[in-house]
Amino acid sequence: MSVRQALLALLEEGPRYGYQLRAQFEQRTGATWPLNVGQVYTTLTRLERDGLVEGAGDDGAGHVVYRITEAGSDEVATWFTTPVERAQPPRDELAIKLALAVTVPGVDVGTVIQQQRTATMSALQDYTRLKRRAADGQSREDLAWTLVLDSLVFGAEAEIRWLDHCEARLRRAQLERPEAAPATPAAVEREASR
Amino acid sequence: MTAVLQLREVTRVHGAGETEVHALRSVSFAAHPGELVAVMGPSGSGKSTLLTLAGGLDTPTAGTVTVEGQDLAALGAAGRARARRTSIGFVFQDFNLIPALTAVENVALPLELDGVRSRTARATARRALEEVGIADLADRFPDHMSGGQQQRVAIARAVVGDRRLILADEPTGALDSETGESILRLLRARCDAGAAGVLVTHEARHAAWADRVVFLRDGVVVDETGADRADALLDAGATQ
Repeated sequence: MSVRQALLALLEEGPRYGYQLRAQFEQRTGATWPLNVGQVYTTLTRLERDGLVEGAGDDGAGHVVYRITEAGSDEVATWFTTPVERAQPPRDELAIKLALAVTVPGVDVGTVIQQQRTATMSALQDYTRLKRRAADGQSREDLAWTLVLDSLVFGAEAEIRWLDHCEARLRRAQLERPEAAPATPAAVEREASR
Repeated sequence: MTAVLQLREVTRVHGAGETEVHALRSVSFAAHPGELVAVMGPSGSGKSTLLTLAGGLDTPTAGTVTVEGQDLAALGAAGRARARRTSIGFVFQDFNLIPALTAVENVALPLELDGVRSRTARATARRALEEVGIADLADRFPDHMSGGQQQRVAIARAVVGDRRLILADEPTGALDSETGESILRLLRARCDAGAAGVLVTHEARHAAWADRVVFLRDGVVVDETGADRADALLDAGATQ
């Protein structure tokens, strides 16, 4: 995640100091991706070095305030008008786990899928509960947070759909090539109870 | 707390001999007042059979289905029809409103069929429409309403007359994602207000509005999330 661009975008609204930036970031995204204040100040130092922000003195209470420069505003504009890179998919532990589960002998893939689906479903229920609570607010920041939650909701839903799809594919593969079915005790037991 | 809907070891077999199909195999579950339970599973997993049995449209081959403490099989066909007018509400994917009746007439219909006087039935129906947020559409015909509005009428019809069991079969299937969400919010609110709901869906995003999610595969409950163990134990104790 790009902390750099997010902080720059927040500075577009006006000069801020580190704690304020962190608070505003979390207000809009929930505590989904927590930022520590050290990370915020390190990023601000780098942004200053690169000429994208500049110090704007002290707010009177000892906080160092930063202001965006013209070059910084250009960078924000570029960020918003450029799609997020999709060329290199991020490493997905679940996809890797399933790919290995179907090939490594002795793994009961059905159980792997089922347990994951239950866990993802529970997470999806949690996100939905958060949404029910968040929906009462009317402000722009509440809307921002609900959109982040929606992103998590759709992500979890997609994962469950994919797991359903994997399960159906595996069943078909087992029906077509019964001799290739993994002969783990759990799989044999499941077959017997059918 | 006593369950509004209770399925005990319910099995449903269609056909016999070589063509025998086990639609459900010894399925047990309950829906309590204030609770929304989602049932998920692929086509052919037994979801629809479960809903038909819970609604008294069909009877199990073995096991019992109890609604508000009454064994549906013991009620007989006439008794089950009465239970559907007084205790059980259905919400369908395609709304199933009668096009020649206005919203308020559609909602009043189950009450009038049950012998409630027309004036009283209409007044109760108007209150139900108010509760689902469309009091102003009471005199419109279904054709002059959006899908989301029609589904709100259907939910009002399902709960009118103090019915506490709502059975919903893919209620958001014909709606766009935001309207669908508002329907789930409403269903959720009706359950929070004391109804027991069963939501059959194949969409995880919709099932997530439920307190519990039951996964069906080949007529068997294979998994369940969010089950309140303490409550289940209390229930088991109460039935002994």
